[in-house]
Amino acid sequence: MERPVPLSIANKTMHETDMTKALIGTIHDWWDSQPKHPTIQKIHLIVGAFTCVEPASLQFAFEVQTQGTFLDGAQLVIKDIPLVAYCHTCRADYRPEFGSQYACPECNSPMEDIRSGRELKIDHLEYVAV
Amino acid sequence: MHQTFDAAIEMNLLHANQRGADHNRSHFDQWGITCINLMSSPGAGKTQLLESTLKGLQGLNVAVIEGDMTTELDADRLRQHGVPVIAINTGRSCHLDSKMVAGGIHQLQHDHDPTALDLVVVENVGNLVCPAEFEVGEHAKVALLSITEGEDKPLKYPVMFREADCLLITKTDLAPHLEADLDQIEANVRQINPHVAIFRVSAKTGEGLAGWFEWIQQTVINQTNRLQLTV
Repeated sequence: MERPVPLSIANKTMHETDMTKALIGTIHDWWDSQPKHPTIQKIHLIVGAFTCVEPASLQFAFEVQTQGTFLDGAQLVIKDIPLVAYCHTCRADYRPEFGSQYACPECNSPMEDIRSGRELKIDHLEYVAV
Repeated sequence: MHQTFDAAIEMNLLHANQRGADHNRSHFDQWGITCINLMSSPGAGKTQLLESTLKGLQGLNVAVIEGDMTTELDADRLRQHGVPVIAINTGRSCHLDSKMVAGGIHQLQHDHDPTALDLVVVENVGNLVCPAEFEVGEHAKVALLSITEGEDKPLKYPVMFREADCLLITKTDLAPHLEADLDQIEANVRQINPHVAIFRVSAKTGEGLAGWFEWIQQTVINQTNRLQLTV
């Protein structure tokens, strides 16, 4: 049984509330496809810095939204991935300054290729077979 | 005794939404429709831009799927232009997701003949953060940034401006009253997204809209050509 998220919390972490819904939906699909519905203990996520997800808010929203569901008590483990871009002119990776500088600090070429930081991935699950 | 197992999932967090978006896109493709996802912060002028677009855009049959948190005010404004408008009340959600838009598509199919349409514009909920991550089945993303919002917004909300295929810098008629540096706005967007098409427009005076209309026409042509190649 799903409990509604109190409005005050939903408003504070609105983006992550929706993101968490999407996460739960994806895991539910996997869980449902298993012949014997296992108990999921840990969910390992990979979250890039160049996404719209704030890990702390995601943790909070996850705890609230999974209460009383098939994921009650499951732990969310989030691995942060920094934003790394590749400059074709300098032929080198660089770390953009979030909020101020995305172009290459050496030659000022715009951010063309993103090497990492766009990840929003469920990497793996730890579960107990029933 | 219980044994702990490890299952590699390696699946996008938004897998369920992505699957829905692909499903929506296949409907659009089947009907020969190009879908554009219109995104911006609240008050950047999406609805007014759409009104001017519905008035000025020639030769295309357009429908609008309109996401709004609580009201149908925007949808009512657009209906006055005589095009099909499907309103989706998003409730507390701060963006449209593919499931909501699927509901809109089914209603569109029920109330109208989708094969008669060339273009569906999805007007997303006003928000610079979430809509960038939730695909709805669009073929192209368009971001709006009004000159009243400040030159630094692309740097602070980079994901949306990175994802956009087209950027409209709106409300340029206000430029004489502000110290907005439009070149700086463009430069800030370009360092995040060097290939984005940028147009400076005023939906009020019509200035710059011709370039935007041309971009839409070209996007529809590209999309039609792509479909013919894959058939």
